[in-house]
Amino acid sequence: MNNYSVIGKDIPRVDGREKATGAAIYTDDIKLPGMLHGKLLRSPVPHARIRSIDVSKARRLPGVKCVITGEDTPKIKYGNWRLFPATQDEYPLAVDKVRFIGDEIAAVAAVDPDTAAEALELIVVDYEELPPVFDVLASVRKNASIIHETSPSNISVDRKIAYGDIKKGFAESDYVREDIFTVHPVSPAYLEPCSSLAQCDQDGRITLWTSTQTPYIVQCLLASTMGMRENDIRVIKPNVGGGFGGKMELRPWEFCAAFMAKLTGKPVKFTLTREEELTTGRRRHPMRLKSKVGFKKDGTLMAKDLHIYLDGGAYNAMGPTATFLCGNFGAMLYRYPNYRFIGQHVYTNKPPASAMRGFGAPQSLFAAESQMNMAAEELGIDPIDLRIKNAMVTGDTIPDVATISSCGFIESLEAVREMSNWKRNRKKNKKGYGIGIGCYSFISGGVFNWFNTQYPFSAAEVKVFSDGTAHLLTMASDIGQGANTVLKQILAEELGLKMEDIRLTAADTAMTPQADLGTWGSRVTLMAGNAIKDAARQIKDVLFGAVSSHFDLNVIFDLECKAGRIQATGKPERGMAFGEAVAMVQKTNRGIPVTAKGYYTPRGKGLVTPAFSFGAQVAEVDVDQETGVVQVKKMYTAHDCGTVINPMAVEGQLEGSIHMGLGYALSEELVMKDGKTLSNTFLDYKLPTAMDMPPGESVSIETYEPEGPMGAKEAGEGLASPTAPAIAEAVYNATGYRCKDLPITPEKILKK
Amino acid sequence: MKHDIQLMVNGDSYSLAIDPSRTLNQVLREDLNLTGTKLGCGSGDCGACTVIVDGRSVSSCLTLAVEVDGKEILTVEGLAPSGEKLHPIQEAFIEKGAIQCGFCTPGMELSAYHLLSQNPTPSEQEIREGLSGNLCRCTGYNKIVEAISVSADRMNRKPSKRKSR
Repeated sequence: MNNYSVIGKDIPRVDGREKATGAAIYTDDIKLPGMLHGKLLRSPVPHARIRSIDVSKARRLPGVKCVITGEDTPKIKYGNWRLFPATQDEYPLAVDKVRFIGDEIAAVAAVDPDTAAEALELIVVDYEELPPVFDVLASVRKNASIIHETSPSNISVDRKIAYGDIKKGFAESDYVREDIFTVHPVSPAYLEPCSSLAQCDQDGRITLWTSTQTPYIVQCLLASTMGMRENDIRVIKPNVGGGFGGKMELRPWEFCAAFMAKLTGKPVKFTLTREEELTTGRRRHPMRLKSKVGFKKDGTLMAKDLHIYLDGGAYNAMGPTATFLCGNFGAMLYRYPNYRFIGQHVYTNKPPASAMRGFGAPQSLFAAESQMNMAAEELGIDPIDLRIKNAMVTGDTIPDVATISSCGFIESLEAVREMSNWKRNRKKNKKGYGIGIGCYSFISGGVFNWFNTQYPFSAAEVKVFSDGTAHLLTMASDIGQGANTVLKQILAEELGLKMEDIRLTAADTAMTPQADLGTWGSRVTLMAGNAIKDAARQIKDVLFGAVSSHFDLNVIFDLECKAGRIQATGKPERGMAFGEAVAMVQKTNRGIPVTAKGYYTPRGKGLVTPAFSFGAQVAEVDVDQETGVVQVKKMYTAHDCGTVINPMAVEGQLEGSIHMGLGYALSEELVMKDGKTLSNTFLDYKLPTAMDMPPGESVSIETYEPEGPMGAKEAGEGLASPTAPAIAEAVYNATGYRCKDLPITPEKILKK
Repeated sequence: MKHDIQLMVNGDSYSLAIDPSRTLNQVLREDLNLTGTKLGCGSGDCGACTVIVDGRSVSSCLTLAVEVDGKEILTVEGLAPSGEKLHPIQEAFIEKGAIQCGFCTPGMELSAYHLLSQNPTPSEQEIREGLSGNLCRCTGYNKIVEAISVSADRMNRKPSKRKSR
């Protein structure tokens, strides 16, 4: 239908060349004259009151330029949920108490990293140890040790969703089952460790280069914790080596770099080690999920009652959002006439969990999809048929959430059934062979404004020039997922320009238009894309008007931007080059440049998301009967991400998701003992390698999402969810071992 | 006590006086400003710091700079020295979508370079084995494997100088 010239094409990444040649600059690659190197002192105990900190020896060490503790700072708490200040529970450096092994206590800036590390060893901290809690069930007990004095219990966030009448729903069910699932902590394990570099100018203003997904959030929270004005803080995002949710908050080293740059007048850089990342870094929430579902004999879903404890670790971080969302994900795929969700975010004395690809969905959907598979077996219905019977379709409404404006779920289920030869392979009777299914739905960005931004959710500025080029400015953040490529594609298509005609300036809070909430929740393509379309429309209005006037076109004529020209649609002779039209408008306005700003904030879409994506995945496995080792043989995926703007980029997201899902199911785990994370290297924390990655077949189910730019919506984050339940079902199909506590290990399979 | 060493990096010769505890990774990144070589873990597990030393691929984070005194080192910056024409491995990485965040890319390309120098016609399995010391969190590896396979084909046909794509 649409005859696009740039959309839907395998456009290679716009930053491919600089990344392939090693020229791409990441934060730790930047050096400034006189730069100091920072290191953080972290708590060796899980829960303690700080009696005193003696930094005098550290300060005297030659080469040390600055040592700070919480006492030297303004002691202002921060957290991403600005809308609810009570949830903001973190200090940049510990004040009075430490709450997990790794909690940041002090920072040193010195002439080189070795001197800074040596100085850390000279800091003496006197702790009064308090009883720690490591387990959610222990933490919610009445007599449990309280982790935050400001919170009367260790449950920091409570979330309830309820609609229909679950009592009645269960009473009318023919088949009811209840299961408890547990899932483990995993690391985002982005390859680039966090790094931040701050500089302070003569007026006391700060520039911070930092490896972040959310420059605007960092700008605001850095300003508030430093007691400064937002406009006095400039955050620049250089290339970022992956984030996956783990880089979307203000972090202590960002504060310390800025604060110490201000104190010393010298640039200060912090770069974390991999050991710090794995043992103290943000992780995906471990959860305990109790789920009860009821069906009619024919497979009709009647009711669901879901209770989830999220093990939040020592601080809220992005836990409140995960708490909200896992309840939504619990009832997004299927029509539940009666649903109740209670989510409780629980503090424990462990490193804080936060956002990680899927934002509550991988955990919630592992339980939901596993239970769907168990119910299918007991009802004697094929798992795909059972899903189709209850699947959401376009136009369905999720109570108190939104109406689903595009949905290719049933088409996805049919596609994987076909691709995987499901019917034949489910019956295959080969020892160790198994096949299983898992599905997902996901959001295209969030609506609920927990950050309390005072700006639109996304913004874009477009400037066009008489040489036929354009300059796109946006605060949207490419962290490796390819946003810069996709956003340029959207503008190129809108203005009829080539990719190379567009200059892009992104993710610099002082240069790009206010504001953008950053890269998380799969929001960028839809939200920043819509802001760009809004700006492009204004540019086109002006250029079309000028061309229409110049050629004295009948007012009913349509105009188009095509192949570098502005013309009456299909009539190139009644038109002119893009640059000529710009020059004409500029002349008419006596030199004033042709620019426009566009904005997007979701309206009339409820409080969860403007658009939903759907998909299904089938896994084939071979389980070694002797060793219990699971080998994933092949993955089949069908996903509905609306209009595909860049098929190669979407495929890359899909394959990356399978990689992460494979690790989640089988090999990755942050092993904990007494609050300490034992998996401290990539030798112990096992990311799948090229040898482990199975081949795959995939298909995009094209739907048109009316709320998205060119009909596009989320791609690649929701896909982090179906892999684990699909593999778990395939392992059950192969061995009879039903996994209800991730990860699936050979020991568990052999002990079944 | 500083040690005097001579390094030949990407064809350029450097005389340096360095502390014996400094790693090759530190010397490349901090002293020579060759920041294309990354540091992902510091313990030889992720491969992001891979460089070629006298034809062998090594983890520069585990190699002391004094150990490579007098040796020839190739980093990602040396793969396309002219700056104009890229190495076929780099071209294929860009074209096939083998790059996302790009942090593993220099190490991946050098592991691929090493593999193809040892085995110009690797099977898919051999490519996967050759990359098993390099972690990537974004791509799921399949596009990297494809890119290496395509570049191997092109390098083997090189004399006829076919146009890419």
